[in-house]
Amino acid sequence: MQVFPFVVVAWILGVGLYGIVTSRHLVHLIVCLIIVQSSTYVLLLGVGYVTGAVAPYFFDVPVHTPAVDPVVQALALTDVVVEAAVTALLLALAVQAHKRFGTLDPNELVQLRG
Amino acid sequence: MNQLPALATVVPLLAAAAISALNPLLRARRRLLDGTAILTAAAVTVILIVLLVQTAHGDVVYWFGGFRPSHGVAIGIDYAAGPLSTGLACLAALLVTAAMIFSWRYFERIATYYHALMLTFLAGMTGFCLTGDIFDLFVWFELMGVSAYALTAYRPEERGPIQGALNFAITNSVGAYLSLSGIAVIYGSTGALNIAQIGRDIARHRPGGLVVVAFLLIITGLLIKGAIVPFHFWLADAHAVAPTPVCVLFSGVMVELGLYGVARVYWSMFGQALGHRSAITGAFLALGLLTTLVGALYCFRERHLKRLLAFSTISHAGMFLTGIALLTPLGLAGVAVYVAGHALVKAALFLCVGIVLHRLGSVNESRLHGRGRPLRYTGVVFTLAALGLSDLPPFATFLGKAWISGSGATHGMTWIIVIFVVASVLVGGAVLRVAGGVFYGLGDPPGEDQEMAREASEETGETEQGRQRTPLTMIAPAAVLVLAAIGIVFAPHLGPTVEAGALRFQDQTAYNATVLSGARVAHPAGIFLAEHAGITVADVVTGVGSAAGALVLAFLALYWRRLPVLRRGFEPGAGLVRPIQRFQSGVVNDYVTWIVVGLACLGGALAFSIG
Repeated sequence: MQVFPFVVVAWILGVGLYGIVTSRHLVHLIVCLIIVQSSTYVLLLGVGYVTGAVAPYFFDVPVHTPAVDPVVQALALTDVVVEAAVTALLLALAVQAHKRFGTLDPNELVQLRG
Repeated sequence: MNQLPALATVVPLLAAAAISALNPLLRARRRLLDGTAILTAAAVTVILIVLLVQTAHGDVVYWFGGFRPSHGVAIGIDYAAGPLSTGLACLAALLVTAAMIFSWRYFERIATYYHALMLTFLAGMTGFCLTGDIFDLFVWFELMGVSAYALTAYRPEERGPIQGALNFAITNSVGAYLSLSGIAVIYGSTGALNIAQIGRDIARHRPGGLVVVAFLLIITGLLIKGAIVPFHFWLADAHAVAPTPVCVLFSGVMVELGLYGVARVYWSMFGQALGHRSAITGAFLALGLLTTLVGALYCFRERHLKRLLAFSTISHAGMFLTGIALLTPLGLAGVAVYVAGHALVKAALFLCVGIVLHRLGSVNESRLHGRGRPLRYTGVVFTLAALGLSDLPPFATFLGKAWISGSGATHGMTWIIVIFVVASVLVGGAVLRVAGGVFYGLGDPPGEDQEMAREASEETGETEQGRQRTPLTMIAPAAVLVLAAIGIVFAPHLGPTVEAGALRFQDQTAYNATVLSGARVAHPAGIFLAEHAGITVADVVTGVGSAAGALVLAFLALYWRRLPVLRRGFEPGAGLVRPIQRFQSGVVNDYVTWIVVGLACLGGALAFSIG
């Protein structure tokens, strides 16, 4: 197992979280959330990767050919679906926030405090 | 194979899909929609009650598509229904039923997607409770989450719901992705997604760094859902702005589901591998007790009724985590009973606030002072529920708290009860102060806080103007829920039954055998011995004492201006307002910062104690 993909995962996760913490624009913040989630794709695919193996497509290849793990790919797909739903909902909320507050800066959404 | 576990999620999902598909036909027939939703939720409740009875003789395992495990390796996805998980799912279904009955007259106009979202929310909650697969747990977690975010922003034309839903959705999504990373790590080190199989595989070796990292990431996501300090900030924002029937579910079960997840992941996956160390007890006990106190303090200073109840939920979430952290069967049994009692009482309180909003058009305690006098029945139900929240015997909340603190005392942690009593007095005092001020006009109206007044003034209610009378469909569910919170205590053999359920929940070997080889283990062996689930005179005295303390505090809060000892113009806790607001800032960036800080601290504590 190589270490490099997991370093990339940690980097993407860190960058995404840094983006969310410092963001001054809701759309930017939502994109950073997508970046945090992208780290999970890399992690899932990295976990199932086998060096020198083929895609998990068992047709017209000799028996016992090593293949990468198809389970994590299915998980990553499910993950993409979840992300699509969450992102769509969040962007719709951002549009509404712009209509009601006239701004997209999370620091200036001041209805709830204390 | 017993099909009931699958039915419990399939029925609400199908009903939600049917409602969405038939939207053009149903839009004009609102009563048909309401009726379908109520009947579906009630049917799920009945299914889960039947399942609960069946689990008394052993966990019920259902394999989707009939893919049973072969030679101890899980191939398919399973539902493993034990007494505690089924009971929690049943509670969720019961509260959805009550909330849907309440909605019958509560909303003047209602969108079709409200019913569909409530039913998918229910499916998410039951699936989360019953599943035996860790990735499936994440999927239900997200389904529950997405429905909940959309329900929070049910009234997108107002500012509060938008901000509350954004904070809720962003913090909980970060949590979900952290959990998913943990799931990927544990899959990478075991090659399994079935909870029982993972637990068996990692218990064979000394816990490596990867196992600890996976544990940390998975539980952080669940603790965010469970509103444990410092991950709790989203809760008050979301609860204050969601429609009242939705608040019932948020406070009643959704938060508790996060903590159920922590318990499930610990007891069925990581427990044996991590070795049930006292360091784990210490870390969770610290988090739980901190949450208990922080929630109670915020609760007492709040004037916005829904936010007040939301902060009390945070305080109770801390008590639940404390009970789980003890790692004893009696502690867990206490949590189970406490969760049930709290859910019923808190749901009744939220429904009463909904009635106040419906009749009087406000949720601001300062403005409502004395205006609730005509709402006689609502006042009685609210006061009863408030007494239940301050742990007065014979409410189920009292029983749960007595078991948790009793189990703590047996293991040399007598001081837990002191913190519990302080929190109960503060929370109960705050809610009783509302009951006395709003419904009976006692004392002086509390001082107006500008910030809170602005928040509360936007909450104009889901109905156009105040109504002349309270519909039966609004007060009856609240009254029934409060009576149920008392009724639970008198169930025959309650103590031994719940404790046996807790014991089975904590027996990882028995869980593995049941799931992976289909063995029925009727009498599991626990890590700790079962303790006597009884009530002593001291418990009753403590319960009555904390309720009396709450009453005294409520009277002091109402009448303190007339006390001769205080100088004029003195506002208790006025100096605390600004620093407190700095924490609960309403800015989502700050909340995520706290999540990162909390993750780092928890990680440090775990690495230090286990590594």
